Amino acid sequence: MIWEWLIKALVLIFTLLIGFGYLTYYERRALAFIQSRLGPNRAGPQGLMQWMADAVKLIFKEELTPDNAYKLVFFLSPVVTMVPSIVIAAVIPWGPPVTLFGQTFNQYVADINVGILYLMSIASIAVYGIVLAGWSSNNKYAMMGGLRSSAQMISYELTLGLSFVVVILMAGSMSLVEIVEAQREVTWFAVIQPVGAILFFIATLAEVNRHPFDMPEAEQEIVAGYHTEYSGMKFALFFMAEYQKMIVISAIMTTLFFGGYLGPGVDRFPWLGPLYMAIKIIILLFFMIWVRASWPRIRYNRLMAFGWKVMLPLALALVFITATGILLADTMGNPWLMAIIPVLSLIAGWIATLMVDRSLRRKSYA
Amino acid sequence: MLFEYIAIATLIVLAVIVALIAIGLGELFGPKKKMEEKSMPYESGMTPYGPGTRRMPVRFYLIAVLFILFDIEVVFFLPWAIVFRQLGLFGLIEMAVFIAILLVGYIYAWKKGALEWE
Repeated sequence: MIWEWLIKALVLIFTLLIGFGYLTYYERRALAFIQSRLGPNRAGPQGLMQWMADAVKLIFKEELTPDNAYKLVFFLSPVVTMVPSIVIAAVIPWGPPVTLFGQTFNQYVADINVGILYLMSIASIAVYGIVLAGWSSNNKYAMMGGLRSSAQMISYELTLGLSFVVVILMAGSMSLVEIVEAQREVTWFAVIQPVGAILFFIATLAEVNRHPFDMPEAEQEIVAGYHTEYSGMKFALFFMAEYQKMIVISAIMTTLFFGGYLGPGVDRFPWLGPLYMAIKIIILLFFMIWVRASWPRIRYNRLMAFGWKVMLPLALALVFITATGILLADTMGNPWLMAIIPVLSLIAGWIATLMVDRSLRRKSYA
Repeated sequence: MLFEYIAIATLIVLAVIVALIAIGLGELFGPKKKMEEKSMPYESGMTPYGPGTRRMPVRFYLIAVLFILFDIEVVFFLPWAIVFRQLGLFGLIEMAVFIAILLVGYIYAWKKGALEWE
């Protein structure tokens, strides 16, 4: 029993670590491709060993601690940022149960019946690491970065939570395994609730401090934000946390909205499950990189206004539309009535877009 | 059921060990040449002045208070969403009343300018 947990945990950790390495490579190559450059292609065939070279370089760098930093918190905050980014992946199912050596193994570390609540709580722990990093550096830029990041992450967490509610409404359960199985019966939840999936994607971009919401590390304004004072492997841990969060959050989005490990032939060959997961995750990651390559960073006051005035009411409306659609389909006994959910939510999303457009036009920022 | 949490605890312990090993590798192989300039706070090359942690805009506190309000609302949503199919129309109306009360507060905060960042 204990060996099974240990092996599963180790496999998960090493998958995420190697995934982190290749994600940095993937991002640089994809960005280069979009900007018609080559990108890193020297270390190993096609630059595939680039992440190893980067890791070795960072290990041989000096670990600086500023004299007036709060030493213990300064040391602990990279750990507090990195650990949740791995631990959050514990409840994600990577495939259906497989039979190996005459025993059945589940392809997840844990299937708890409060899975979504677990995701929400672990995701909020990551805020602590970043705020404490900013505060303990005793540096003005780091402080500003930490503050910005905390305000931004908690603002978008509301939308994230409401998108989770939409999924729970459709699946009727908080366990991620049951959410995937519920999508086997109907269809991908992204088809029923397309606007919910888009809201979730935008909210996760803000949660992991990615472009165009990377105000906490805006180079032109506050050097590098909360990790200004960090160097060597402590900096690498922050970097690792950001990229692992990207992978994990794409995995969560796949599970909640894009059918998880489901795909053709997955029942007969359960090993196809992780493959389908990987393909869907890579496509979602490409969208994240594409957003980074295409859009400039948005201004901080607009970021907060967008979170509070557009995303929150829209997410509330979506929860209501979903609930109404499910109720209609249940009482009439006709599952096709669920079709009013995507129609109504697309209308709601369209109205929200129109209102954003109007308010931007009225103020006419020069 | 409890076993699942032990599995998560195993994962947490291993993740902490990985993080500590990473920092340990850096401490072990990195050079250690202490200089006065290196251990100063970095302010783009200027000589730093004043304390590093100073007073912060009150807006951040306001956002935190609003967050607590609305996050509790989200937490109320979660159990409701699970049993929604059993509750039926009753559940929908109950939640509509709850949201209506909250929306009053939301509109008040908006009109008072709590959501503005200028």
